[in-house]
Amino acid sequence: MYEVTYHRASSVSEAVKLAKAGEDSKFLAGGMTLIPAMKTRLAAPSDVVDLRHVKEIRGIKVSGKKVTIGAGTTHADVAGNAKLVRVCPAICKLASSIGDPHVRHMGTIGGSIANNDPAADYPAAMLALDATIITNKRAISAARFFKGLFETTLKDGEIIKEVQFTAPAKCGYAKFPNPASRYAMTGVFVAKGKEVRVAVTGAGDDGVFRAKALEKALERKFDASALDGVSVSASNMMSDIHASAEYRANLVVVMAKRAVAAANA
Amino acid sequence: MSEVSMVVNGRKVSGSVEDRTLLVHFLRDNLGLTGTHVGCDTSQCGSCVIHVDGKAVKACTMLAAQASGSTITTIEGLADGASLHVVQEAFKEHHGLQCGFCTPGMIMAAVDMINRHPGGLDEATVRAELDGNICRCTGYHNIVKAILAASKKIKSSSARKKKAA
Repeated sequence: MYEVTYHRASSVSEAVKLAKAGEDSKFLAGGMTLIPAMKTRLAAPSDVVDLRHVKEIRGIKVSGKKVTIGAGTTHADVAGNAKLVRVCPAICKLASSIGDPHVRHMGTIGGSIANNDPAADYPAAMLALDATIITNKRAISAARFFKGLFETTLKDGEIIKEVQFTAPAKCGYAKFPNPASRYAMTGVFVAKGKEVRVAVTGAGDDGVFRAKALEKALERKFDASALDGVSVSASNMMSDIHASAEYRANLVVVMAKRAVAAANA
Repeated sequence: MSEVSMVVNGRKVSGSVEDRTLLVHFLRDNLGLTGTHVGCDTSQCGSCVIHVDGKAVKACTMLAAQASGSTITTIEGLADGASLHVVQEAFKEHHGLQCGFCTPGMIMAAVDMINRHPGGLDEATVRAELDGNICRCTGYHNIVKAILAASKKIKSSSARKKKAA
């Protein structure tokens, strides 16, 4: 790891100030991506501003169907929240499938969506749940927030404070994890509220996306059988040593069927 | 450089470290607690698992500065003097190790897993919960057996304590 200067913030405004003073600062949430990237020198920030002690961005609120999750909430806390599991079990299941227990004790929802790894789980949930991402500056819809691989609309000095969404009547998540890394080789989040929304992670060559053809089929009938014979084009899918674009295109439909079955269970 | 201080295995410690120092290196190099191992460079193997404020984390994926102010337990802090922790005892009894390199992380992960499942564990849960710990001897079979046995023992002794109270 290259040299770095560590700062600890106790509030969002302090974090912004500390980051601004550095030449090339990065916010450090759980550090489950940033620290490994710094170890391998893929990332070399001059300063890191630790957000783990910023209390105002931690915690989960559930009021009726309205859900608010603080950006600094860990995957373990999302997975194990009793109120949340009653209104939106799929997001708890998703959180419990990220990484491993030790990673889930540190990694946060805000860190995950700010990083927008094309194989991360949360972006699919945010897009399918039509979530709103609240920063220290503005409210951004998930549809506008995620931009391609590792890119978001976040600007310098902008920190995610929380995410908000209305729990849909039904939702489900299914992923085919890479057997070594546990990242999604394809993950599909299906939500049925006023409309059906299907979001796919791990498969697209431009990051998380909505599978409109699958949504259309599920609008007619919200059942796994509605996806029989429906196919997804391989032309915009990722292809790597783990899976070809065609294989991922097929996985999208298979995972969507499993997610629908989970939502209906 | 940062001044860091924390409570490690019940002892207040402090030191001056470069900000880039990983917690695992602070434990091993500054404190001489070499029971916590470094098995990979990629945050995947889990041989560095310790407890920070009561939760299992990878000491190789946290800066020492991040951990300043926390309470830490490492493998050296589990035994009570000469008597081994129930999980250590179970690993010995069931031969839950071959070369032993992954063992400190396995045991710390196992203690955390058992704490989070006070109602007990089954084999499938133990195997899923071991996602973040790699044994390159592939000695998982006896590791799982040891964790199940320890979980059972801890559950029945806490039930006895409850009854007595």
